[in-house]
Amino acid sequence: MRIIAQPRAIAVAAFTAIATALLGTSLAQTPEEKGLQIVVEADRRDLGWGDWTAQMKMVLANQHGDTSERQLRMQSLENPDPKDGDKTMIVFDHPRDVKGTALLTYTHILTPDDQWLFLPALKRVKRISSSNKSGSFMGSEFAYEDFSSQEVAKYTYKWLRDEACGDLPCFVVERYPQYENSGYSRQIVWIDQAEYRVQRVDFYDRKDSLLKKLTMSDYRRYLDKYWRAHDLFMVNEQTGKSTRLTWEDYAFGTGLQERDFTTESLKRAR
Amino acid sequence: MLGGTPAHARPLLGDLPGELSGFLAVEGRVFFSDARFPGQKAEGLVASVVAEPEWYLDWDGGNQAVLFVPFARGESDDPKRSHVDIRELNYLRVGEGWELRAGIAKVFWGVTESAHLVDIISQDDAVEDVDGEDKLGQPMIHLTVPRDLGTLHAFVLPGFRERTFPGRRGRLRPAIEYDTDEAEFEAAWEQWNVDFAARWTMTLAAWDLGLSHFYGTGRDPRFRVRVRGEEPVTAANALARLRLAPVYDLVHQTGIDLQYTGDNILLKLEAIGREGQGSYRAVAAAGFEYTFYALFGSDADVGVLSEFLYDSFAAPDLPGLDGLPPAGVPPQAIESDPRLTLDAPPSPFEHDVFAGFRLTLNDVQSTVLLAGAIVDVEDGSRFWTVEASRRIGDRYKLSVDVRLFDGFARDSFFSSIEKDDFVQVQFARYF
Repeated sequence: MRIIAQPRAIAVAAFTAIATALLGTSLAQTPEEKGLQIVVEADRRDLGWGDWTAQMKMVLANQHGDTSERQLRMQSLENPDPKDGDKTMIVFDHPRDVKGTALLTYTHILTPDDQWLFLPALKRVKRISSSNKSGSFMGSEFAYEDFSSQEVAKYTYKWLRDEACGDLPCFVVERYPQYENSGYSRQIVWIDQAEYRVQRVDFYDRKDSLLKKLTMSDYRRYLDKYWRAHDLFMVNEQTGKSTRLTWEDYAFGTGLQERDFTTESLKRAR
Repeated sequence: MLGGTPAHARPLLGDLPGELSGFLAVEGRVFFSDARFPGQKAEGLVASVVAEPEWYLDWDGGNQAVLFVPFARGESDDPKRSHVDIRELNYLRVGEGWELRAGIAKVFWGVTESAHLVDIISQDDAVEDVDGEDKLGQPMIHLTVPRDLGTLHAFVLPGFRERTFPGRRGRLRPAIEYDTDEAEFEAAWEQWNVDFAARWTMTLAAWDLGLSHFYGTGRDPRFRVRVRGEEPVTAANALARLRLAPVYDLVHQTGIDLQYTGDNILLKLEAIGREGQGSYRAVAAAGFEYTFYALFGSDADVGVLSEFLYDSFAAPDLPGLDGLPPAGVPPQAIESDPRLTLDAPPSPFEHDVFAGFRLTLNDVQSTVLLAGAIVDVEDGSRFWTVEASRRIGDRYKLSVDVRLFDGFARDSFFSSIEKDDFVQVQFARYF
C-alpha cells in the first residue's frame, strides 16, 4: 500500500494479455478496454516489490496559510495473492501527543479492510471499523481511501484521451470506485506513457463536483524497477486547504514478515 | 521493526542513546460543593503538576528494547494523591515465534467502554481518576506465543500492587477514611505473592475474541472497618477513630471479551466469573457503538454508545453511624461486627445502563468529546461523565473532564461521594 500505488491483478492481466493477443491491438478497442489495459500494465510493472519501509511528513495548510505538521513511519508487506490486498502498519511520531499511536491494516479489494488501532496511553488495541473510507486522514486533505492500496479491481476504467501532462505524454483515464463507502463518484488519472506512473489525479465528490487535485512528483526508482513519488501535493478545490506529503528514506527488501504485521507487533511498534 | 529511530528524534539527553518523549502538565480540579467530612479541604480548588516522561531504546533490529516510564504527581492538598510510580521499566526480547517482556509493565485487556471487567493484570491508580483507566506499574514476566489460530499469553506476576486511595484531606472518599497501612491479605506472602494469568486472543473475520484466567491476589479489595485506639467509639468520635481497611483475597477470575466489527457498528461483550470473595460472582457488560460518519457533510463523526452492566453481587449498605449508643461501643465489637466487613468489593453497577455519545471532529486539532451517563435502572442513581480534548498548536493539549454523581441512596457505599462533583482541566506539554 502506498499512495496511488500502481494496481495489480494477475488474473485480469492474463485475461487482457490473451484477449489482446487474440484480437490484436489494432482492432477496435472500447475506451473501457483501453483504460483497463493501461491500468493493468501499470500494475504489472509494480509487481513483486515484497516489502518496504519509509518515513512520511505531511504539512497541512488552511485557507489563511496556517500550517501544521504530521510525521509518521510506515511499513508494508506485499500480498502475493492477487485476490487480496497488502498489509501495512503506520506509527505516528508527530504531533507528540499522538506519538506511539499505531494503525495496522489488512487491506482487501472489495470488502472492507481489517483495522486495529493501538492507543499507547492505555496500552489498548482497538479493532476499528474501516468503512469510513472518505474520512480525513489525520486532519489532512488525504482521505483514508487515498492511502489504501490501489488494486485494479477496486475500480472500473475508461480511457478518455492522450495528452501532455507537464513535459510527458500521458494517458488520461477515468476510474469509478467499485468498493463501498467511497467519497468519490469518479477520479481522472494522468499516467505517463513511458513509465506508467501516476502524475496527476482529479477527484470528484459524490455530487460529481471537482473536490481535490493531486499532483505527484519527485519520482525515484528503487531496485531498478519500482518508481515511487516523493512529493504529493493535494489541493482541496472547494475549501482552499492543501496538504503536501513527502516521503523519505524508502527501503525495499528489509526482511519484513507476516509476524511484523500482527496485533502483537502493533503493541510494540515504536 | 519499524525503521529504528525517527529522523526528528533529537539527543535530548546529551549523549544518552535512545529516544525521550512524554508530557508535563498542570491540572486543576474544581469541586462544585464544599467538602462534607472532617479533615477534607473545605474549598473547591485542587491544583496538581503531573509528569510522565518516557525513555526508549532498541537494538538488534528492534528485537531487543528497553522502556522506562516514571510517573509523578504533586498535588496541593492530599498527600496521598501526591505520588510517584514506575509505570514501566522493562526489557523486551522478540524471538522466532515468541516474545518476552520482563520487568515492570502495564497491560490492558478488554473491549467495553463503561466498565473494564476482564482487565485484571494492572492495578488501578485510583487517586488519579474515577474511570479505572490509570494503572500502576506491575512487575511481570510476560511470554507471548503467536500461533496461526491466535495468540497465547502467559503471565507470572511476582509482587502485588495495592490500590491507591485518597487520604484524609482528599475528596472522592467515604466518610470513614481509608487506611492502607491496615491492608489485609489472604495470601501468606501478602504483597509478595506470585500471581499467574493466561490469555488467548484470536481474530475470526469480523470477530475478535479473548479468553483469560487469573489466579492470585484479586486487584479489587473489599473493605473492613477497623478502629484506632482502645476507648469506646461514640457518634462524636467515630469519624476520627474508624478506618476503612482494604482486604485483598486470593481469587480465580475467568473472563471473556468479544467484539464484532461491522460497517458502522461495533458490538461488545465482556464477562467475568470470580471465585474467592464471598459467593461466586458474575459480572457482565454488553453493548454497542454505532457511528454516523461525515455528519452533515462535514469531517465530523458521531458515535452513539450504549452498554448494559450486570453484577450478581449487590453492594450492601454500611450501617449509619447515627445509631451508636451515647456510651459508645468497644472497638472489638466494631471490628467483629459482620455488618462492618464487606463480603466482596462494592460495585456501583448492579443493573445499570450506560448511554453516551462520542464526537470526533477529525480536525487539525484532533478535537474529541465523549459524554455519557451510567444509570442504575433500579434505584435511579446516576454517574455523569464528559471527557473532551483538543490539541493547541503543535505540542500542547487541553483536556476537560467532568464527573457528576447523583441520586445515590443515602446509606449506600457510594453515596458519600455525591457532593464530590467536579470539573478537571489539564494543560499538557508533550515533548
